[in-house]
Amino acid sequence: MATKASRSAARLMISPSVFLLLGWMIIPLGMTIYFSFLRYNLLQPGPTPFAGWENYYWFFTDPSFSAAMWNTLKLVGGVLTITTVGGIGFALLLDRPMFGQGIIRIMVIAPFFVMPTVSGLIWKNMFMNPVNGIFGQLAVALGFPPIDFFGQIPMASIIFIVSWMWLPFATLILLTALQSLDQEQMEAAEMDGANWPNRFLYIMLPHLARAITVVILIQTIFLLSIFAEILVTTNGGPGVATTNLTYLIYVSSLLQFDVGIGSAGGVVAIILANIVAFFLMRMIGKNLDA
Amino acid sequence: MARAVSTKTKITNTAVAGVLGFLMFFPILWILILSFKTEEDAIRAPLEILFSSDWSMVSFEAVQARSDYFKHFSNSVIISVGSTLLGLLIAIPAAWSMAFVPAKRTKDVLMWMLSTKMLPPVGVLIPIYLIFRDLSLLDSRIGLTFVLMMINLPIIIWMLYTYFKEIPSEILEAARMDGASLREEVLYVLTPMAIPGMASTVLLNIILAWNEAFWTLNLTSAKAAPLTAFIASYSSPEGLFYAKLSAASIMAIAPILIMGWFSQKQLVRGLTFGAVK
Repeated sequence: MATKASRSAARLMISPSVFLLLGWMIIPLGMTIYFSFLRYNLLQPGPTPFAGWENYYWFFTDPSFSAAMWNTLKLVGGVLTITTVGGIGFALLLDRPMFGQGIIRIMVIAPFFVMPTVSGLIWKNMFMNPVNGIFGQLAVALGFPPIDFFGQIPMASIIFIVSWMWLPFATLILLTALQSLDQEQMEAAEMDGANWPNRFLYIMLPHLARAITVVILIQTIFLLSIFAEILVTTNGGPGVATTNLTYLIYVSSLLQFDVGIGSAGGVVAIILANIVAFFLMRMIGKNLDA
Repeated sequence: MARAVSTKTKITNTAVAGVLGFLMFFPILWILILSFKTEEDAIRAPLEILFSSDWSMVSFEAVQARSDYFKHFSNSVIISVGSTLLGLLIAIPAAWSMAFVPAKRTKDVLMWMLSTKMLPPVGVLIPIYLIFRDLSLLDSRIGLTFVLMMINLPIIIWMLYTYFKEIPSEILEAARMDGASLREEVLYVLTPMAIPGMASTVLLNIILAWNEAFWTLNLTSAKAAPLTAFIASYSSPEGLFYAKLSAASIMAIAPILIMGWFSQKQLVRGLTFGAVK
């Protein structure tokens, strides 16, 4: 049983982590909120007067803001749809008896380990380049005009690349969940005459519901922060066609050096992520009790 | 009871899954092939590349010559391994105390630690950038190691916590009864049992740190740039560069690909914070 001595030792042992994380959270967060109320641009030396809600006003009324919000929504929604549906499909497939299952599974999850800048560049150059890319050459060989992916359908191309990277994640988690399904229950249902669609709808899907929720929530947290893939492929363009919220804030902070407006954007991003985090934390917290 | 599955069904499953798996893996396979070609060959038609061009190592040499590749590679190693080990050092005591001496608020503390991971990096980009500028930590390996340690610390603590939780506390109590001090208890009883869990924690966090591409891109320029940032420099091409890009990419992802294959199971646990096992 825990003694008084071990309890104070425990408090001592946990304190470095707590202090570090507390500092990591409060100091930058406080600074972001503080800066968001200042008229502060690194290119204009001099005083940084209090600006009230001015930065928020400029951030929200900037036409790129509504474009970026809409792009973020398209990116997150598109990738979530593809990876969740595809992940369920892949998981069901990989759960079936087959030869060389280990090797096939390795091939399916490999893209997850590819760093974002590499993924972006190999798809952009080796596949989506209209002249030298494989897709372009395939199109020409079949008699179609090649598509200029990042010119004609930039957002769809980014969604495609990001989905390639995250489909393995969804597959892996859903497969893990599927493998914990009670096989006897499935067999009992089969003997009672339930066909495959019914077994999927009434046994597998409810069993997977929790894992699917976790996949959606965790991916949303990461997808809201997609950055490198956009930086190396389109730089947010053409125009602002692929600028998401993260990229927009990056542009106003580190390219335009506008600390005030960048910080106001940062606060907006934090609020958005927190809405998702709230639901994710509740799921994880419930699991902690069990 | 395992049901007999006909060989025919198995072959069909294998074929369908094999084709889909191959398509997922193809981009990686393709750059592996291109990395062993010359630049002139790498932009020919795919079938010509495969069947009527020579294999060569020139691209790997060219990558090293273009800019010191191994400097960036060692930056990646130092930053990812360093941040993981540093994180481990801080996380082990915390995870230990929460797993074995739980207090009323342990659950809240754990959840709070996790919540710091939900903070979007872009929300704190400016403060971190300015602090780093003032402390001249921009483009330094120490600064980047610290940032990556901080963003992965919640995951390290959580993973260790879930692994420690599985160690029966009776064993620790027995050691304590036999007169083991706290230090001996941790060192000789807990550590040996926790090594597999710690190993997977280390593995997953090296992978995450190696592939991290927000802070590494924004806080480095040349000196401390790890591979993520180095590869990004290929986004503005100068002349022919497919084979060089492939060679650089293959060298950048190969170590992690291999580590990743070993840590599939732990990956699920680490990335879902124990919500899916």
